Amino acid sequence: MSEILRPQTADQAREVLAWAAAEEKPVDLRGAGSKHRLGHPVAADIVLETAGLSGISLYEPEELVLTAGAGTPLAEIVATLDAHGQGLAFEPPDLGPLLGAPPDHATLGGVVSCNLAGPRRPTAGAVRDHVLGFHAVSGRGEAFKSGGRVVKNVTGFDLSKLVCGAFGTLGLLTRITVKVLPKPERAVTVTLTGLDMDAAGRAMTRALGSPLAVSGAAHLPDGDPAGGPPLTALRLEGPPSSVAARCQGLGALLSDLGAVGALDEAESADLWTRLRDVAPFVGGDGPLWRISLPPAAGPAVAEAIRARAGGRFLLDWGGGLIWAALPEATDAHAATVRGALAPHGGHATLVRASESQRRAVPVFEPPPGPLAELTRRVRQGFDPKGILNPGRMG
Amino acid sequence: MRMPVPDETIVARRDDIIDALREAMPGGGLIVDETELKAYECDGLTAYTELPMIVALPEDTEQVAAILRICHEMGVNVVPRGAGTSLSGGAIPRGDAVTLGLARLNRILDIDFDNRAVTAQPGVTNLAITRAVEDRGFYYAPDPSSQIACTIGGNVAENSGGVHCLKYGLTTNNLLGVEMVLMTGERLRLGGKHLDAGGLDLLGVVCGSEGLLGIVTEVTVRILRAPETARALLIGFPSTHAAGDCVARIIGRGIIPAGLEMMDRPAIGAAEAFVKAGYPLDAEALLIVELDGPASEVDELIERVSEIARTLGASTLRASRDEAERQKFWAGRKAAFPATGMISPDYYCMDGTIPRRALPRVLDRINHLSERYRLKVANVFHAGDGNLHPLVLYDANLPGELESAEKFGADILRLCVEFGGVLTGEHGVGLEKRDLMETMFDAVDLEHQQRLKCAFDPDNRLNPGKVFPTLHRCAELGRVHVKRGEVRFPDLPRF
Repeated sequence: MSEILRPQTADQAREVLAWAAAEEKPVDLRGAGSKHRLGHPVAADIVLETAGLSGISLYEPEELVLTAGAGTPLAEIVATLDAHGQGLAFEPPDLGPLLGAPPDHATLGGVVSCNLAGPRRPTAGAVRDHVLGFHAVSGRGEAFKSGGRVVKNVTGFDLSKLVCGAFGTLGLLTRITVKVLPKPERAVTVTLTGLDMDAAGRAMTRALGSPLAVSGAAHLPDGDPAGGPPLTALRLEGPPSSVAARCQGLGALLSDLGAVGALDEAESADLWTRLRDVAPFVGGDGPLWRISLPPAAGPAVAEAIRARAGGRFLLDWGGGLIWAALPEATDAHAATVRGALAPHGGHATLVRASESQRRAVPVFEPPPGPLAELTRRVRQGFDPKGILNPGRMG
Repeated sequence: MRMPVPDETIVARRDDIIDALREAMPGGGLIVDETELKAYECDGLTAYTELPMIVALPEDTEQVAAILRICHEMGVNVVPRGAGTSLSGGAIPRGDAVTLGLARLNRILDIDFDNRAVTAQPGVTNLAITRAVEDRGFYYAPDPSSQIACTIGGNVAENSGGVHCLKYGLTTNNLLGVEMVLMTGERLRLGGKHLDAGGLDLLGVVCGSEGLLGIVTEVTVRILRAPETARALLIGFPSTHAAGDCVARIIGRGIIPAGLEMMDRPAIGAAEAFVKAGYPLDAEALLIVELDGPASEVDELIERVSEIARTLGASTLRASRDEAERQKFWAGRKAAFPATGMISPDYYCMDGTIPRRALPRVLDRINHLSERYRLKVANVFHAGDGNLHPLVLYDANLPGELESAEKFGADILRLCVEFGGVLTGEHGVGLEKRDLMETMFDAVDLEHQQRLKCAFDPDNRLNPGKVFPTLHRCAELGRVHVKRGEVRFPDLPRF
């Protein structure tokens, strides 16, 4: 049975990690645990939870900046921003339900540590593009900081990027400053029905290459709800008059490809929330892959995987992100997925799989030799004793 | 500013080093003659010069790798260089180093409209990328004011910005991948045409690492479809406070302009005298607000911003009616640096960032410092993102004025940090701000940064003397200070 520690201050967290470093005890770092099953299983007798490092310490809407403890519930941050018409432009997904945890349990630190961004990623950037600065405790048991609270900052190495998506292996984040942005006044969705994967790819490429400022481009080959004809969705956001004009423009741009329709605001919001949270694949139990690749290659890679392994697919980011829910297989179809991806470049993450599969299959894209060695040296600088989520990233 | 002291044990081996490099560069590209070396003696921070020991201009990635391997094996320092436009002394040579110039790696390798990406060698200029894709209506968003000359490799090293980064981000937000060579000569690829990293985001730290981690030999950036239209507003205010309020209210109302620039009275006067852009000389502060996007949206937002400006008592309010007028509004701002050069023999350009709303108070304090140092200052300001460029006016021919200007500049940067800002928004730390790093970071912070350096370049051969005020040996930084036997945190809630 693991011992769970909940430091109430950053200094207590530092004490725990200084002790763990001295005793060389591995520590399993967690926010609220909603994405605990993402990554390789961590063997540690001590679990450190950030629930006590919670609370928004600074929010200045006119400065577009917010600082909060790493353990602050994401829902609290979103609600606070919402009251001022602002939000996190990277659309953090709630992957709790997908990974067998309750909804609305994510923390800011968890979202940052996993660098998870939603459908607006291609135009608005990922989490890493919105983190302005942080405080953390490294595996040396030392508190350190990087970045600041202003948008434009090139003072020293940009460690804020490095800790995003490091899954806690470089340090325990204790406090994080993020850039926030006004929420769009209106969002609607233009749809195309009945396109095959290839035609959908062409539609998304054409839309994203137009001056119509499309902020979401996804394709649901199994339709919405599942079982219907394939649905291609393109989101437009902005002031109402602009959205209306662009809606017309986009319809005209794509009318030769298929039947153009539109979703109203409520339908649109619902669709993009479900895409963000990968709702169509919640409750399944086969391996689920998240594949980031050059967007124009999305349809071909999805078809290649389907031809070998079957399964169901979602395309987001204009084709640059494939969610592939595949049938059971010993290697979770890793060879098929990574083999199909290899000629195009990109990376495939095994987001959902059984614990035994997550022990046996590399969850994250294995880096080539020299990069693996460099990654090891970088990690060793921050965590020389290997106490922070050891093995979580492989 | 302290210049690095050359290591005489390296200088003594100069001839051997030249022989080894010559073998690696059979087609030429090695500069060893003193008069030719002089062309490389400084960068954009022109007050400081140092003759490089050797300049090597490789013609491809293989030669870059070979040069680095030789320097690694022979224990020679390397100073990377793009176009040499750094304003922080990032490319200032050393007397004991090979300046590695990437100017000959100047080809665009791939234009991929479907994936909205361009891959270029590091010596391609920033503007050349836009030029290569504009016939299809695309462009590369980051636009530092040196974009005609500065290279994309230098932009990656410095994480360069520009006037449009509030809406479109800095280099790091538009960078998809690099090929780079480590000091050992090993070649790596980070990123590609896809988004985000599969492992640690090393691309994110290589960008902005000021040539301390490796030599970038290929750069993949995202290109964007150019907005349908762009219009600008020229807004004059009788006080910097009112102009600051206007900036806050525009953003508070949910509008993110493509560009949001401010100039103070001395800068307005200098710019107007230089280019006759039609700026109001009675204004204490001038805003240029640019809105871009679909035409219907831009027209609506121009009206909304105009309304905000009127409410706050703008003394001048003009909206551009056509592209020529928009360009005219920008002409003065874009010429602000050379215009300052017309009213003063020399100027020293600072680059702090502050929280936007602190602007009026920071300007007041800068004016007090200006009186104390008896040096004039003109301020141009990327108001949208809080990036301040005070131009300290001085005359290098007057004894002591350069030193005064530098002290004044350092005080301005300390002021930025005091108000919650940072030392540099887009010009980099380089040599110039190295010794101010401790005003922002404590020793532990800096040690964690330096360990990253150690992972990439453990012998500290790449651009030594830049960014970090104190150099620790990597072996020393790697040591773990174990404090065993402490009480095991008795006060902690456990479950």
